[in-house]
Amino acid sequence: MMAEKSVVGADAITSKGWIKAHRWLILRRISQLSVLGLFLVGPLVGLWIVKGNLAASVTLDTLPLTDPHVLLQSVLSGVSPELSAVVGAIIVIAFYLLVGGRVYCSWVCPVNIVTDGAAWLRRKLGIRSASPLARSTRYWMLLLTLILPLITGSLVWELFNPVSMLFRGIVFGIGMAWVLIVGVFLFDLFITKNGWCGRLCPVGAFYGLLGIGSVIRVVAARRESCDDCMDCFVICPESQVIKPALQGVDKGTGPVILSANCTNCGRCIDVCGKDVFQFGTRFYNTIENASVRQADDCTGAAVHTDNT
Amino acid sequence: MNQTLKTACGVGLIGMGLGFYAKQAESLPAMAIRPPGALPEEAFLGACIRCGLCVRDCPYDMLSLGQLGGDVAAGTPYFYARTDPCEMCEDIPCVAACPTNALDHGLTDITDARMGLAVLVDQETCIAFQGLRCEVCFNVCPIRGKAISLEYEHNTRSGKHARFLPVVHSAACTGCGLCEKACILEEAAIKVFPIHLAKGEIGGHYRLGWEEKEKAGQSLVTPDVKHQYNLPEGVRYDLQGRGLIVEPADQQPEPFPSDPLKRLNQGLEDQ
Repeated sequence: MMAEKSVVGADAITSKGWIKAHRWLILRRISQLSVLGLFLVGPLVGLWIVKGNLAASVTLDTLPLTDPHVLLQSVLSGVSPELSAVVGAIIVIAFYLLVGGRVYCSWVCPVNIVTDGAAWLRRKLGIRSASPLARSTRYWMLLLTLILPLITGSLVWELFNPVSMLFRGIVFGIGMAWVLIVGVFLFDLFITKNGWCGRLCPVGAFYGLLGIGSVIRVVAARRESCDDCMDCFVICPESQVIKPALQGVDKGTGPVILSANCTNCGRCIDVCGKDVFQFGTRFYNTIENASVRQADDCTGAAVHTDNT
Repeated sequence: MNQTLKTACGVGLIGMGLGFYAKQAESLPAMAIRPPGALPEEAFLGACIRCGLCVRDCPYDMLSLGQLGGDVAAGTPYFYARTDPCEMCEDIPCVAACPTNALDHGLTDITDARMGLAVLVDQETCIAFQGLRCEVCFNVCPIRGKAISLEYEHNTRSGKHARFLPVVHSAACTGCGLCEKACILEEAAIKVFPIHLAKGEIGGHYRLGWEEKEKAGQSLVTPDVKHQYNLPEGVRYDLQGRGLIVEPADQQPEPFPSDPLKRLNQGLEDQ
């Protein structure tokens, strides 16, 4: 394990300035808070732009949006939904098919702010712990959320789901759900790095699978400029997705990050002092698309194995 | 492979835990009433996606969503009749708002709703049973006179008044809870319960003779022989009414009243 710097992305801040080195982070926070704000201006100010919550909502009394994962659980429990719910789910699915499923995680989900906070504090305090959980656990969790309604005829997962609890809690009244959120924070802080979002959350797993073929992707377009500073690996909540794109030139791998687990959060773009990454599409994922790397650059590659 | 098995088993255990806890968490307290059109509780918990749209579209703001740590399954809508009863909107906006049919869109007439059933649970505190005039529950009932009727009964305590007793009829009561809200007592004597708590159920084999008689147009068993009463003169017996009736004979003064004081006074009165 390499020694971590006190500030990840220090080079980027020096070379690009603080604002540009936090551009996608700021946009993401604006996006997350705007979504929440849109739901809150109704109950707080009486301006009903959006009603409901992330499970299902109606915008301006016309546009229905439905969480496909919640709806799927409901259907598996043996219910036939209204047409509006199905239309709402189709719109949501179409959106994330295009922009990347886990854009939900990084740009919409409020738990992301909590877990990013835990990851930040973890870096500050220098806490390290080996994870007891495999990254595949989330798919088992996803399976669980779909099997339980089949067996019990009830939306069991929605009694616990911190994602819907937090959002619904803020919009409708939180009750004891904050305990659950503190639990997620502490779990991420002390037990497993990016443990909730990266290893357990079935909602993230669902949206990840949804975005397997998504068009918009992060591209290591100028990977030949990489100076192996490792900032992107440190900051990335799913750091295993970077390596193939960034360092796969010898194996003939293209520069596009294709893994569905990439949340398109754009933090790697922010923290890179060399402007290696940018948003692009999944097409043109050929080696020729990235400039030819210097042979010397490859020497560091073997050392940078992902320790997760 | 080993890791996969471990993960699968671990998640399986979590699932069992969640399942058992969920069963417990789903037991709805008796006083929490679901909105109109709600499917039976088991089906409702599968259908409701906890979006809160019914809460938002209720013009009277009487619906709440269950919260973690509360009595009602997290995120599902309910109301308490005593504080916020259903106002029975004709267009039933909460049902229209529901995207999953957890509130059944087949419900188009609010008087067909069966959110629960009002029950006059405590005759000992209901002041109508004390012979006092109240009738508030009868008067606020939106299906006035049908869901709650007033039955008149002789007040045996005062001997000269009537008691106006509220009686709920399950064929018309929607369980809106307006009566429970309006009950003037500190703790309501009329309460809305979920149907399964409020209603008894007669055995499937049971037949009520008079109903069968009406259906068949005649008695199904040999009719009883009309009973002959052998009574002393001046006494009648009314089987289905007043019982034993002593016809007043011509009043004769008692020759020797049992009360000795009366006997003494009798001489004085005569003078």
